[in-house]
Amino acid sequence: MEQVTIWNRLGKGLNYTLLTLLAATCVIPFLYVISVSLTPISEVIRKDGLVLIPSHITWTAYEEIMQGGRLFDAYKVTIFRVVVGTLLNMLFTVTMALPLSRKAMPGRSGFLMFVVFTMLFSGGMIPSYLIVKEVGLLNSEWALIIPGLVNAFYLMIVKSFFEQLPEAIDEAARIDGAGEISILVRIILPLSMPVIATIGLFYAVWHWNSYFDALLYINSPENQPVQLFLRQILLASVAISGDAAEAANSVNPVSVQMASVVVTTLPIVAVYPFIQKHFTKGVLVGSVKG
Amino acid sequence: MVHATKNAMRRYGVMYALLLPGLLYFVIFKYVPMVYIAAAFKDYNVLRGLWESPWIGWQNFETFFNGVYAGQIIGNTLLISAYKLIFSFPAPIILALMLNAVTSNGFKRTIQTLTYLPHFLSWVVIYGLLVAFLAPGSGLVNQLFNTFGLERISFLTESGMIRSLIVTTDIWQSVGWGAIIYLASLAGIDPSLYEAAKVDGASRWRQLWHITLPGIRNVIILLLVLRLSAILDVGFDQIFIMLNPLNQENADVIETWVYRVGMQEGRIGLATAVGLFKSIIGFVLVLGANKMAKKFDGQIW
Repeated sequence: MEQVTIWNRLGKGLNYTLLTLLAATCVIPFLYVISVSLTPISEVIRKDGLVLIPSHITWTAYEEIMQGGRLFDAYKVTIFRVVVGTLLNMLFTVTMALPLSRKAMPGRSGFLMFVVFTMLFSGGMIPSYLIVKEVGLLNSEWALIIPGLVNAFYLMIVKSFFEQLPEAIDEAARIDGAGEISILVRIILPLSMPVIATIGLFYAVWHWNSYFDALLYINSPENQPVQLFLRQILLASVAISGDAAEAANSVNPVSVQMASVVVTTLPIVAVYPFIQKHFTKGVLVGSVKG
Repeated sequence: MVHATKNAMRRYGVMYALLLPGLLYFVIFKYVPMVYIAAAFKDYNVLRGLWESPWIGWQNFETFFNGVYAGQIIGNTLLISAYKLIFSFPAPIILALMLNAVTSNGFKRTIQTLTYLPHFLSWVVIYGLLVAFLAPGSGLVNQLFNTFGLERISFLTESGMIRSLIVTTDIWQSVGWGAIIYLASLAGIDPSLYEAAKVDGASRWRQLWHITLPGIRNVIILLLVLRLSAILDVGFDQIFIMLNPLNQENADVIETWVYRVGMQEGRIGLATAVGLFKSIIGFVLVLGANKMAKKFDGQIW
């Protein structure tokens, strides 16, 4: 039926080409960064920094960033906030979403307003800092977890999901004498695995990637997460202009910077292919009614 | 009846108990900071603490609006936001339309998977990639410039470059992810409409104009309204990492200024006042947006 004109074919070719180019821009930077991180510094200087594929591989940049245990400390903080933080996020989000999903619960709309209002108006950065200081969390790794315990938007997504579960199931369980907690654990949670997985992953990625809260709340170097570790290495060198030789002599030669990018990114990129489909589902769950 | 009420009480008793810790969190970390906004009206003194510091009325606001920075940072905020609106907002729509035209499912899925990836990277990492390519000494682009005898450009510290860099990296980071919602909406368009159009001899462009775009119109409008309501949220995490004293003239926005003045210069009262100014405008805009969104595809919350 459809006429295959030359324009149609050209358009199709152009479309595929542009899409391929876009996808390439999402992958090639990493390959380049990995390549530079594995290049001997002498080669960087000899080739004036223009390295695409190293002639031989060296791990010195990685050995260098491992030195002094800074990276190890930073990783500990990040893993702590990702694991403990996400678990607490989920615990609080689910325990709030459950009552808020009960349409007959007296006071429900008031509680909902209470939560929703925080999505519309906030005290801002400085008052948030003041309260974190007031409750004595400054400089503690808990400052990376407790101030962001519940994301109101995610809470609403989980709440909406719970509301869509058939009430009959949980009525039946109640008649069978099951308590609220056992209904939650045995019936609601298993039925809600898609949304739980998605929101859990959102929280985990947020924990892995945030850096500003750590900058704001944490001064002591041993409690700083990997994102801040990377930031410091990058910023120390950006101001330095000039030639490759100078870059090589600077505090953080380019291979060290790139090795730091790699160690900060690798865990996310490594798990990404496996978790990606959960995320896309989550976007759509959230858009049903945000 | 009495039994039923008692039953309900017992039932919701557990529910209230479950709700309580979370509510406490919201009180302490969301509502108490709203009370601390009082700092905006005080001459905050660290030693005396918030409540012992003297009230000074609107003086912090006057200091800000009469100062030299107000115009610059509000201007930067609006300008960067407008650039993002013009360039970053349509990008995922175009990508979704392009992906929608792809007939091979494998190709489509591969492109989607790869273009979502940047969404999961922190801005620090993305800045690391920028350093890899654009650093004046060792960046790949500058090495190429050098090889071809061109002058090196300090992209990362050049105030004339910073806004373009912000918008470009924003598009790169968000385009794939942003396309998801449009793709879902495109998938919801009734295929028989296209069949009928083909029978009538409508070209691809006419199909795009008369079927595809009207089919996703509501989603576009809803997201546009949401975007407009967040016009003052320019992407703090992104701008903060890309900002330095050399390019700050063109990229210093409200929140980065609040951080610098409040946390680094210790002028807590002034910084809180400016933060409050932003919060209030944001609040008004989001209320307006919700009202508008109701007309299209249901409300936001």
